[in-house]
Amino acid sequence: MTADAPRGADAPPELVQLLTPEGERVEHPDYDIELTAEEVRSLYRDLVLVRRIDLEAVALQRQGELGIWASLLGQEAAQIGSGRALTDADMVFPTYREHGVAWCRDVDPVKLLGLFRGVSHGGWDPAEHNFHLYTIVIGSQTLHAVGYAMGVQRDGAEAATIVYFGDGATSQGDVNESFIWASVFNAPIVFFCQNNQWAISEPLEKQSKIPLYKRASGFGFPGVRVDGNDVFACLAVTRRALQAAREGQGPTLIEAFTYRMGAHTTSDDPTRYRLADELEAWKLKDPIERVKAYLFKNQLADQEFFDKIEAEADALGKDVRSRCLALPDPSPRAIFDRVYAGAHSLLDEEREQYLTYLAGFER
Amino acid sequence: MTTLTLAKALNEGLRRSMEDDPKVLVMGEDVGKLGGVFRVTDGLQKDFGEDRVIDTPLAESGIIGTAIGLALRGYRPVCEIQFDGFVFPAADQIITQLAKMRLRSLGMLKLPVVVRIPCGGGIGAVEHHSESPEVYFTHTAGLRVVACSNPVDAYTMIQDAVRCDDPIIFFEPKRRYWDKADVDLAAPGLPLDRARTVRQGSDVTLLAYGPMVKTCLEAAAAAEEDGRDIEVIDLRSLNPLDVDVLTESVTRTGRCVVVHEAPVFTGFGAELAARITERCFYSLEAPVLRVGGFSTPYPPSRLEDYYLPDLDRVLDAVDRTFAY
Repeated sequence: MTADAPRGADAPPELVQLLTPEGERVEHPDYDIELTAEEVRSLYRDLVLVRRIDLEAVALQRQGELGIWASLLGQEAAQIGSGRALTDADMVFPTYREHGVAWCRDVDPVKLLGLFRGVSHGGWDPAEHNFHLYTIVIGSQTLHAVGYAMGVQRDGAEAATIVYFGDGATSQGDVNESFIWASVFNAPIVFFCQNNQWAISEPLEKQSKIPLYKRASGFGFPGVRVDGNDVFACLAVTRRALQAAREGQGPTLIEAFTYRMGAHTTSDDPTRYRLADELEAWKLKDPIERVKAYLFKNQLADQEFFDKIEAEADALGKDVRSRCLALPDPSPRAIFDRVYAGAHSLLDEEREQYLTYLAGFER
Repeated sequence: MTTLTLAKALNEGLRRSMEDDPKVLVMGEDVGKLGGVFRVTDGLQKDFGEDRVIDTPLAESGIIGTAIGLALRGYRPVCEIQFDGFVFPAADQIITQLAKMRLRSLGMLKLPVVVRIPCGGGIGAVEHHSESPEVYFTHTAGLRVVACSNPVDAYTMIQDAVRCDDPIIFFEPKRRYWDKADVDLAAPGLPLDRARTVRQGSDVTLLAYGPMVKTCLEAAAAAEEDGRDIEVIDLRSLNPLDVDVLTESVTRTGRCVVVHEAPVFTGFGAELAARITERCFYSLEAPVLRVGGFSTPYPPSRLEDYYLPDLDRVLDAVDRTFAY
């Protein structure tokens, strides 16, 4: 383990933090943020609702309704903070775990579940939400994001692009190439790395000898490490980086220092490679509890508010569940359709032959 | 009519595409100031600027990955991979992303990206500069794969490829870059997915694409002296395959030889032989024979004349089809 990147309870010194795990508001010389009570309550609501969607999805998988699910448990603040920093014109390139960012972009959670249920590989319109499809190959989307940002640059548009990836992805060639491209072309992009400490079973020290945010300097742009469990800090740091991108100052790497509270996916068993103590230490830094404590302490919300959010979460969970179960299976012809934009004689022939074959069973 | 080399015909086609559509971009290693190592993009950066003709960092995955992003933003990138043997760092982006993104999006996204790859041997090059990687891409659903063989086709095919809303792997026969032909710059081309019968004959059908089309035409001319009437078909498109043209021809001639530079084993000829057998079984006088590279890595250039199919090896296969 690197000296200044502990996975335990002690925050590394260079971490940007605006809200402590105990819910105390702290100042930071470079990053500060003014939030109204209403804005804080709204962030709290987002955090609770996306955790609820996630829990419902895990349950659906356990009941055999989803093939697999990649839980965001523990990473809610990193996703909601950065997601709420975006303007409508900004573009997002997610991994397959950005359910919280998807929520911020108004993507119907059931469409995310559809992918993991196997009804499609995508399902939402990226242009409608400015939220690209989930990318499963690790790090590939970083290059797509930089290319997109180069297009924004050529259009002369006032928009930034943000791309999400994890600590494991920083070892991929594509991620490093995307850093080079972004730097050389001064692309209006924010690299948002959620360092959740684990790439399935491999701890960070298998990926890097230095803190990840320090990699940026070698590529020629700023890097910053933020408390990824602090929604205020994630919002402030991302907002600043997006603005810099829009103003032509080029890329920023943000390392959101967080923790994957659950398994890599529902197929994973983290008890085989990490200690329960580590999880317990991180539970004390929960991204939602600290906002709740802050709201309570400062009398910005009462019990009635928290009860209302809980009730809303229950209703959302129910709704997501029932609509997930009602998702129709696609027609077999969906195998062939939409592979190509234009006519394709080979596919047309195969489709016709296979549909004729299937029709033979209906006689 | 203008006399153009194949490289210059591609250059003129690209120029026309860039004039017609401001969203068309050219990107790759050394494509700007240098005009590409084969000068296919010569002068384009001077005329269209550095924002549209982009000298990229030296990383093939980055070229294709960022081209995908530019396409998602509404651009039509034409990427140059400098040599066939250097496409593999980009193979992941081509196979897992470029080819599959349209289906992933349920048809909501289009990926109008052209990947130009100079291919094949015969120029005395060092390792990795003479390969024929077409089947890696014909096997990947979601891609279109085409190969031009002459200046006339090169000029229209590159323009059609740029206009197409699907990703296209565009193979260019590098040893034919300097071949010349008269090109009518105003004449429309044959549609991109159609094969062309480049020589009519009645005794046997030769199927080829890219650099081997010329070899087959030379073989046919030589065979004529021996009284053999050989038909030559330039496939032009490998995926999709214009199978009707092949079927019609082989049904008529009853014999077929496939010629390509790539190794024969699980090469494109295997697919052609299978398709033709399915469709022309009762017309065939002999099995479909294949002439191509051996099941070896591409040899050092002092041996490439032995490795590459030539007129004599093609005619040898033709003779063998008549032995049945």
